[in-house]
Amino acid sequence: MSDKNTFMLDGVAIAFNAGDTVMDAALRAGAYIPHLCHNPEFTPHGSCRVCIVDVNGRRRSACTQPAAAGLNVENSSDDIVAERRSLLQMLFVEGNHVCPGCEKSGACQLQAVAYHAGMLSPRFTHFFPQRAVDASHPEIAIDFNRCILCELCVRASNEVDNKQVFTISGRGIGSHLVINSPSGKLGDSNFAATDKAAHVCPVGAILPKHRGYEQPIGERLYDKQPVSIVGDVAAHENDAQGDDHDR
Amino acid sequence: MSPDEVVGAIIAPAGATRRVQRVDLLQYLCQIQHQLNCIPAAAISQLAGALQISAAEVRGVIEFYAFLHEQPRGQYDILFSDNITDQMLGSRNLLAQLCKRLGAEPGIPRDDLRVTIDTTSCTGICEQGPALLVNGRVVSRLDNSRIGQIADLVESEVEVTEWPQAFFLVEDNIQRRDQLLSKQTADLSPDGSALHALLDYGETTLLETIEDSGLQGLGGAGFGTGIKWRRCKQAEADCRYVVCNADEGEPGTFKDRVLMNSYADSVFEGMTLCAGIIGAQHGLLYLRGEYRFLLEPLQQVLQQRRDNGLLGRNILGKQGFDFDIDIHLGAGAYICGEESSLIESLEGKRGIPRKRPPFPTTIGYLNKPTVINNVETFMAAAKIAVLGADWFRSSGTADSPGSKLLSISGDCKRPGVYEYPFGVTIRQILADCGAENTQAVQVAGAAGITLPITEIDRRIAFEDVATAGSFMVFNNDRDLLEMVQNFTHFFAHESCGLCTPCRVGGALLKDLVDKLVHGHATRHDLGEIETIGALMQDTSHCGLGSTAPNPVLDLLRHFPQLVEKRLAHSSYEPAFDLDAALQEARDISGRDDAGAHIEPFK
Repeated sequence: MSDKNTFMLDGVAIAFNAGDTVMDAALRAGAYIPHLCHNPEFTPHGSCRVCIVDVNGRRRSACTQPAAAGLNVENSSDDIVAERRSLLQMLFVEGNHVCPGCEKSGACQLQAVAYHAGMLSPRFTHFFPQRAVDASHPEIAIDFNRCILCELCVRASNEVDNKQVFTISGRGIGSHLVINSPSGKLGDSNFAATDKAAHVCPVGAILPKHRGYEQPIGERLYDKQPVSIVGDVAAHENDAQGDDHDR
Repeated sequence: MSPDEVVGAIIAPAGATRRVQRVDLLQYLCQIQHQLNCIPAAAISQLAGALQISAAEVRGVIEFYAFLHEQPRGQYDILFSDNITDQMLGSRNLLAQLCKRLGAEPGIPRDDLRVTIDTTSCTGICEQGPALLVNGRVVSRLDNSRIGQIADLVESEVEVTEWPQAFFLVEDNIQRRDQLLSKQTADLSPDGSALHALLDYGETTLLETIEDSGLQGLGGAGFGTGIKWRRCKQAEADCRYVVCNADEGEPGTFKDRVLMNSYADSVFEGMTLCAGIIGAQHGLLYLRGEYRFLLEPLQQVLQQRRDNGLLGRNILGKQGFDFDIDIHLGAGAYICGEESSLIESLEGKRGIPRKRPPFPTTIGYLNKPTVINNVETFMAAAKIAVLGADWFRSSGTADSPGSKLLSISGDCKRPGVYEYPFGVTIRQILADCGAENTQAVQVAGAAGITLPITEIDRRIAFEDVATAGSFMVFNNDRDLLEMVQNFTHFFAHESCGLCTPCRVGGALLKDLVDKLVHGHATRHDLGEIETIGALMQDTSHCGLGSTAPNPVLDLLRHFPQLVEKRLAHSSYEPAFDLDAALQEARDISGRDDAGAHIEPFK
């Protein structure tokens, strides 16, 4: 393909605009590149590495790789899928992800992407970190056990809500999400259920309270169709589950 | 002064013209830590208020840097350098001795808050170790007697400033001089000769000279210095910055310490030359926190240069040639040697590597075009400006012109700084430093490459074994697994935590290497080490994650017989000790009979 404004993704030509990343162009073309920390509404982060692709022989995160004419991007080769699966397995052992007991199960992007990558077991040794749940806020609960450090809530609170409610502290495997309030509790912050940051979590770490299993297992977002078809859970906040809640 | 007043005086010193700003947060924190030995909650609120940022953000910065603490660590905060070279000189034993003498547990403040004894990553005193930091000051050449004296000084509450001066002696230890450090080059007047050359020949010619010399970044990456300067110069902007990377954090390297101790003038001259060429008015030197003892001497050199018209406004009388240099301190974070993390840290933030592109030459410090070079690179550039490209090319190889400073430590008779033309063989280096019965050398630090003695004829050069200068020697009596364990722990400790493969993979790798060292690893575990290592190399966000598995992967590749000997015989071993895991239950139930124990899985 010699077209000036296209690159190849798994052998298919993808058109791009100036300033696009590989992820931007792929999303627009309806081609699915698995991802967790990326949400097109926010500055790309490149941290989860799940969107790793092969670009002309080198591994790159699609969400930060500028699109350019003539790039040959591999997204679905066995090697790439295996690496992606290992990354997901790492995320599963880093926190405490107990799907059968999680309100988000079936509408959890981590779970859905793991299914998509063919992950059947956590494989690595679990870290079993001790993390307390923060239920201090009247409307929203935070279960840090499920946080994957995608920083979407951090970005949403900074970039959209202008509240700086969340930040990351510590470093290395000790990195953790913290809340900006005198007590460190969410209830003590100026966080509101209507904040953008309350509606971007790809996992079950930030959840609305007082709504237990309104949507039965088996009828949830990713129960019906895979993530490669329906996309990010955050993009469905206002349909499927959201509508049910408001009724 | 009360703590409140201390903080007030730091963020708004009397008569200061500089306003309180967010980019100075890390510098404020370093000063508060230095003066109060911790950063109390009140100081955090005070800072957050003055900078109009959240207290959580301030805490996020504190928790990122190993030398900043919210909790008091006592009057004496003692950190033993924990590089493998310190360990080989007996540091762990000395640490245990001091803990015993002072009745303290490693890492835990003593009950009376007199002292905390802990470890820290390589302090860059490898050739005169073991070393420690006490309240940020380096104590070198530790031995039993020095540990005894330190215990007495701590118990009798003698101020660190009153400790014997001999404790704080850090020598240069230059063992071999070549092109850059030779008498005629080094003694070449550093007080403006490169800047005179710049004014005589003009910036276009001087930039061409730097390009023609073939000078490449001597901090390890080897990017062309001339092209870097040119790109920065060509980037459209209203202002540009020159940054000197003096965050010499790679375990086993200490040559920048020596250059800043004895050749600071030449380093600053190189920065000023760069500023004149690219059109920058502001320079920053990022000094690793471990080298705080160099801060005052460096500031004196800067002041002298200002007094001599080599810094400040109208340098050497040339209208509009304005440039000055600030020194910023780091606070115990290896990742900040990565140039984009360094920029974040200079901006007072957590040292998280940025996405690249864009590169700092277009979007760097404060999002302005920025040249970042290593200490040694700036010094070499200053000499090239005076002596010319041909002089520089007369040494080294075609692809690696010039010379390289090596920091040599470990098992050899004459550790120290050695300067060689690029292209020198490992064989010659080992002979010169008096290494015998060598088993392996670790070149380029923990992130570098392990060379078995069979590769002794390889050469130090960008086209063969590239290095920023770390060169650690291991003789046949050493257990290389201890080296691998040390480095793997180092990387897990220093991971910034941004990306999954480094954050989680590094921690998994650390546990697997521990399992191997303790004799519990199986073939399955070796396979997992290979998989995780390859994943980290392939998918990490920055060089820390992609080089972190090198030591263990090199071990598997070059020393399979050492690994073989340590394998457990079973094909599967649990990651934890089943019997030990029952201890808590035994304690609760008060049982310790045979039925309360479990046989190891076979």
